[in-house]
Amino acid sequence: MIALPDAEALLPGLAEALCARIGPRSAMIGLYTGGAWLAERLHAMLGLAEPLGLMDIAFYRDDYAQQGLKHDPKRTRIPFSVEGRDLLLVDDVLYTGRTVRAAMNELFDYGRPRSIALVVLADRGGRQLPICAQVVGAEVVVPETKRLRLKRDADGRLRFELEDAA
Amino acid sequence: MSLLIRGARVVDPASGRDAPGEVAIAAGRIVERLERPARVIDGHGLVLAPALIDLSARLREPGDEYKARLESELEAAVAGGVASLACPPDTDPPLDEPGLVDMLRRRARALSRARVYPVGALTVKLAGEQLTEMVELAAAGCVAFSQANAPLRDTQVLWRAMQYAATFGFPVWLRAEDAWLAAGGVAHDGEVATRLGLPGVPDFAETIALATALTLARATGVRLHVCRLSSAAAVDLVRAAKREGLTVSCDVAVHHLHLSDADIGDFDANCRLEPPLRSARDREALAAALADGTIDCVVSDHTPVDEDRKQLPFGEAEPGASALELLLPLVLRWAAERGLSLAEALARATSGPARVLGVEAGRIAPGAPADLVLFDPQEKWRVTREALRSQGKNTPFLGHELTGRVRATLVAGNVVYEAR
Amino acid sequence: MRPDLQLDAEGRLRHLLSIEGLPREVIERILATAESFAGVTERDIKKVPLLRGKSVFNLFFEPSTRTRTTFEIAAKRLSADVINLNIAASSQAKGESLLDTVANLSAMQADIFVVRHASSGAPYLIARHVKPHEHVINAGDGRHAHPTQGLLDLYTIRHYKGDFSPLVVAIVGDLAHSRVARSLIHGLTTLGTGEVRAIGPQTLLPTGLQALGVRVFHDIRTGLRDADVIVMLRLQNERMSGALLPSAQEYFMSYGLTAERLALAKPDAIVMHPGPMNRGVEIDSAVADGPHSVILPQVTFGIAVRMAVMSIVAGGA
Repeated sequence: MIALPDAEALLPGLAEALCARIGPRSAMIGLYTGGAWLAERLHAMLGLAEPLGLMDIAFYRDDYAQQGLKHDPKRTRIPFSVEGRDLLLVDDVLYTGRTVRAAMNELFDYGRPRSIALVVLADRGGRQLPICAQVVGAEVVVPETKRLRLKRDADGRLRFELEDAA
Repeated sequence: MSLLIRGARVVDPASGRDAPGEVAIAAGRIVERLERPARVIDGHGLVLAPALIDLSARLREPGDEYKARLESELEAAVAGGVASLACPPDTDPPLDEPGLVDMLRRRARALSRARVYPVGALTVKLAGEQLTEMVELAAAGCVAFSQANAPLRDTQVLWRAMQYAATFGFPVWLRAEDAWLAAGGVAHDGEVATRLGLPGVPDFAETIALATALTLARATGVRLHVCRLSSAAAVDLVRAAKREGLTVSCDVAVHHLHLSDADIGDFDANCRLEPPLRSARDREALAAALADGTIDCVVSDHTPVDEDRKQLPFGEAEPGASALELLLPLVLRWAAERGLSLAEALARATSGPARVLGVEAGRIAPGAPADLVLFDPQEKWRVTREALRSQGKNTPFLGHELTGRVRATLVAGNVVYEAR
Repeated sequence: MRPDLQLDAEGRLRHLLSIEGLPREVIERILATAESFAGVTERDIKKVPLLRGKSVFNLFFEPSTRTRTTFEIAAKRLSADVINLNIAASSQAKGESLLDTVANLSAMQADIFVVRHASSGAPYLIARHVKPHEHVINAGDGRHAHPTQGLLDLYTIRHYKGDFSPLVVAIVGDLAHSRVARSLIHGLTTLGTGEVRAIGPQTLLPTGLQALGVRVFHDIRTGLRDADVIVMLRLQNERMSGALLPSAQEYFMSYGLTAERLALAKPDAIVMHPGPMNRGVEIDSAVADGPHSVILPQVTFGIAVRMAVMSIVAGGA
């Protein structure tokens, strides 16, 4: 039995660490689906001026040739100009780094940000690309056969769950 | 050569006989008994019946001589248990000249397989304008006159052609289809054609032309045979005409007993036929009419088509199905579905067509020509390219399993086909 | 049950040949994916790298600039390479068979064939003969189907009206010769549309429409009453010969969509047309350019829908 971190308990610490990074050019983008939920909470907690951006990386994944479009992609909405921004890219779990690679490629098709900082709730190691997060909620060790997922209850509370990797 | 076939179940549709027995053959005819047969064939577990008589099978000669069509298609005929067949005049060139008819008969006779009865063209080049020299053509061997699938739009010409044929007692075989209503159509005008976006041929294209043909037959007294009925409405017309005493006979293609437009599926060009496959209701009416005798005979309407003429979008594909080798098992399947006895069912492919053709064969009786088929009614076989002797592999039943297989076919007492 | 040629063993879309036979989930998936592509068109870089390195061959045996152009735009927005083949002018004229043409192109490493052909069923013949990694998208075959048009029409209706179940959709005009109408009818019935109506003279309505789930009207005024969506079909010049119709003017008198007739539909009804329009024949200019018309948005949606179809069929080896 692996002890999973308490997602809700990590939020205040994450928000506090982010506070220091927020400036006049900051804007936040959450990655569907877990990253989007997390970003919604953080965005509210931080009271950011710019509206929240939400991104689906379906069209930038590197496994399209093997898997096809795996599920119904959501519509990416970035309601501000990316040009010259200090972006806070938010995702729930950082693992191989491929999702973040795809997200950055997609972001650059919107414009040229001044900087991108990666914010994750959990870092489970196992990187396959040279990617790292600037703000991490907790480090978790997860066996290769399992997937670490963020879930949202009916009342909006976030929690971690382990699933068998497909 | 004298021959004895013993131990088989002998079925003679003409007399209704269906019992185990033996049949003796000498000098090409069936005889009462034989002292010392030169050969004995064991027919245990098999059915011995008159060989099938097919009123429509295309041999593609004249036209495709270089492909040795006559050889392969007559081989297919006897492998299918067909000892006599009538071939339509839509050869290339059409059978509108005595010389062509003569050559065809000679070639066929030389091959010593099935008996070939050519049907002559009713009009020159089948163009529907000028009468052919029917007397000369009959002298050369034509048994009847027909337009095959070519339209005859001018009703004046149709009337005169029937009058002329009636003068000499020549039968006229016609497929009833109004050329204007059928123009451009490739499938039955119904729900399936609508869904598939295919131009349709309404069933009244058949009934309107049929009514015309029946009226003219009444007026001229010609012996009319209606080919390839395709709709319930046409069956009703024929039934009414027969009831009022008109001398008319008709046939149905074996595919139309089993398939309907729904079988086109995803544009299967093997189901592109003339006339088109119609609705399930029409199919049912045709199957029932053949059973009750309103339809006199079933034909194969054998039409071998090369692969590259079928591997085309449905509407562009050449119509027709290869059917000589499927006639027997498909007739047996129809009989089983209708609950008919073997004798009743086989009558539609033996004694019935014999009557229309006016030939002696088609029955098992002393003195009759020894045209016989010995088959296993239970043997299952798969329709594959290799299994078919015809050069036409175009059949909707490709890959299907059929029941009923010919073991031997005799024509004039000669074993012209024997399964290995 | 014969397996559907369009779907692979796992039920994924491999070819798009017709809306008929597509499970509802597949249609919903295409529409949802198109929705996300709509966002791509709104950015500066209107491209995603999904089909980078893939080749899309536009095989148009029937000429068409509009449809071919939208497929080309859609393919390029997916970063695919596009090759346009105007077959009418080349190999077919030399008598090359359909399958030979496809085999030759296949030897040039094609991934997607977008096919438009004058004969119903032609894309099926092609789909039965392509290699496993090749995909066929039907851009219109004879009178049979125009599935991407049907899908973009469904997308348009969903965009403006949401749920299909309460809707009355009226299709007006030459349904007999229309592949657009057939595809739309299949899509509407699969998505559970409240009522699908066909309006036209007997000569232009095919046999057996009721069997497809359509209510037939010969009077445009009764047919349009309380309609939520009106789809006007193009009337082609050829219909004026061949004893189907006496003249364009007479057709407009009985079946043209005027503002007065449009007023019989619901107040928020939308007017659609697959294009190109014959102003004054099937539709009044004022209506075509009026507030109910969504004819131009249809074109934009068409690009997103075609991007969705291409990315779904081409995904996964």
